[in-house]
Amino acid sequence: MPRQKAPKRIFVKGNEAVAHGAIAAGCKCFFGYPITPQNDIPELLSKILPEAGGVFVQAESEVASANMLLGAGACGIRAMTSSSSPGISLMQEAISYMAGSELPAVIVNMSRGGPGLGDIGTSQGDYFQSVKGGGHGDYRVPVLAPATCQEAYDLVIDAFDLAFKYRNPVLVVGDAIVGNMKEPVIPRKVRKKSDKAASWCLSGAKNRKSRLLKSLHLEEGGLAVHNKNLQAKYKSMKTEVRQESFEVKDAQLVVVAYGSIGRIVKTAIRKLRTQGHKIGLVRPITLYPFPDRVLQTLAKQGKKFLTIENNLGQMVEDVRLAVCGLADSDFFGLLPGLTPSPDDFEKPILKSLKKSLKR
Amino acid sequence: MQVKEKQVFSIPDVIKDRPTHYCPGCHHGTAHRIVAECLAELGLVEKTICAASVGCSVLIYNYLDLDIVESPHGRAPAVATGIKRSRPDAFVFTYQGDGDLASIGLAEIMHCANRGERVSVIFVNNTVYGMTGGQMAPTTLLGQKTTTCPSGRCLENEGSPFKMAELIGTLGGTVFSARVAVNNVKNLKNAKKAVLKAFEIQEKGLGFSFVEILATCPTNWRMTPIQANERVAKEMIPCFPLGVFKDTTKKQEKP
Repeated sequence: MPRQKAPKRIFVKGNEAVAHGAIAAGCKCFFGYPITPQNDIPELLSKILPEAGGVFVQAESEVASANMLLGAGACGIRAMTSSSSPGISLMQEAISYMAGSELPAVIVNMSRGGPGLGDIGTSQGDYFQSVKGGGHGDYRVPVLAPATCQEAYDLVIDAFDLAFKYRNPVLVVGDAIVGNMKEPVIPRKVRKKSDKAASWCLSGAKNRKSRLLKSLHLEEGGLAVHNKNLQAKYKSMKTEVRQESFEVKDAQLVVVAYGSIGRIVKTAIRKLRTQGHKIGLVRPITLYPFPDRVLQTLAKQGKKFLTIENNLGQMVEDVRLAVCGLADSDFFGLLPGLTPSPDDFEKPILKSLKKSLKR
Repeated sequence: MQVKEKQVFSIPDVIKDRPTHYCPGCHHGTAHRIVAECLAELGLVEKTICAASVGCSVLIYNYLDLDIVESPHGRAPAVATGIKRSRPDAFVFTYQGDGDLASIGLAEIMHCANRGERVSVIFVNNTVYGMTGGQMAPTTLLGQKTTTCPSGRCLENEGSPFKMAELIGTLGGTVFSARVAVNNVKNLKNAKKAVLKAFEIQEKGLGFSFVEILATCPTNWRMTPIQANERVAKEMIPCFPLGVFKDTTKKQEKP
C-alpha cells in the first residue's frame, strides 16, 4: 500500500494561525492597534496581507480600527481587526453600529485579565461582553471560541462566512493561551463562498438606485420594526450552534468549559477516567448561539453539571438557564492572574462528582 | 412678441427634491448645495461614497442621492479610511459638524489627515452643538453664551476655540486645507472653488483635502436668519480667518 503523504503543516502560534486563517478566508483589509497578547496578528498581517494583495492599516486607536472595519464592511469587503480585552471594550460603539446597520466584520479578541488594565495573562472575563451584546442596544453577535491553534485558524475562516451570511459582526474569542501557544496547523484551501454583497454594499450609485446603510430610525415605529427584524435574524443564527462533546455517554458528571480552559479540563478528565470516574465534557465552540439544547438533553438523562471557567462565573449563568428546571450546575472559577494546569481542576471535579453521586 | 427663454441655472439631479429639516437661515442647505454641485460638475456622483456623521447633518442622506453609510459620532474619518482603503476607485468624502469633528472625533480627523488618506472632508463650523440644543462646541467663540456656558465661554475655564483649518494645515498628509464662508455671494463663490479644488485633489490621488465652512445656527444663536448671517462677518471671521492654510499643489505647479 502506498504510504499516504502527510498533509503540509505549519508550526505557528495561535495568533499567527489567526492571521493565516484570515488570508485563507480572502480577507482584504486589516485594521489594528497594538495590545498584548495579540501583537503577532497585526505584525504578521502587516507583512503577508499586502503580499496577498490586501491592505494593512495601523489605526490610531481601537476606536478607529473598529470604525475603519465598519467602512470596509459597508463596501462589502472581507475585513478584520484583532485586539485584546481593553481594546475590545473601545470597539463596542462601532460593533453596536455595525449590528444596527447590518454590516459584516470579523473581530478577534485574544482576551486577557481584567477589569481595567488587568494583566496580560489569560482570562475568560469577557464572556458576558462577548455573548450579551457588549455595546449599547439590543443586539447579538455570533461568538466562536477556539481551543487549539488549528481551531483558531479554522474558526477565523468560518467567522468570515458567518459575517456575510448574516450581515453581522462576528467575534472570535480566544485568550492569551490560545494566542501564544505554538502547534502544528494544517492550512486548507478555502473554496470561497459568494458573499452576495453586490446586492446591498456601497460602491457608488452607478446604473442603480443609491444605497443607504444606517442604524438611525426616527420615523414613528421604524425602530420597532428594525429591532423585530434583527431579533428574527439572531434567532435564525441558532442553527449555527457548535460544541465538542467528550465522553458524555456514560458520564455521571458533565463538565462545561470552553476555549483553552475546555482543553485543559479535557486533559484532567482523561486522567480521572483512567481512575474509573465517569466524567464527560461539553465544550461550547459557539458561545453565541449557546449549545443549550445539547445540555438540556443531557440534563433529561439525569446528568449533573459543573461549569469551569477562567473567571468568577459568567457562562455558568447560561448553563443554569439551559438546564433550568431539570438540573443545576456547580461552578469552579480559576481566577485570572493564575496560570491554569490540569491539576487545578481535578479536585473541584472530584468534589462535584462526589456531591452529585450523593444527590 | 414671443419671449425666448434660456435656462441659465438648474439644480443638480443629485439633490433630492424635498424640503429639508434645517431651520430657516441655517447654512447647511447652502453647504449641501455646494457639495452637490461640485460632485455633479466633476462627474463624481456615480462613484461617490459618503460617510455621514452625527449631528444635524446626519440627515444629509435625505437630501443627497448618493451611496451613504452612517458613522458613529466623530468617527467618519475612520469610516472613510475603511471605505477608501477597500474601494480605492471610489470618491469618498465626509461631512461633519464642529462637535463631531473637532471634539469627539479629534483623534480620527487628525490621524486621517496625517496618514494622507485620499479622502475629502467638509467641516461645517457653526460654533454650537445644533442637534442637541445649542451646547458649547470646541469652536464656540470666547464670550459666546451657550446652554452649557451660560455666562459666556471663558478662556480660563473652557479654553479657546479650535482653529481646525490651521491645525489640519500643519499635518504632513494634508494637501489642501482652507476655510471659507457662505454668508455673501463673493464668499460663496470662493467656497465652491475650494470644494472643487479639494475634490480634484482626491481625484488626482494626491492626498488629504479639507474645507472648513463657517455656518450659521440662528435657532441656537437665538437670532433671526439675517442677524445670524451678519454675525458670520462680524464675529466669526475675525476669529476664524478665511483663506487657504495649506496647498501643496501650488509648489508642484511651479517650475
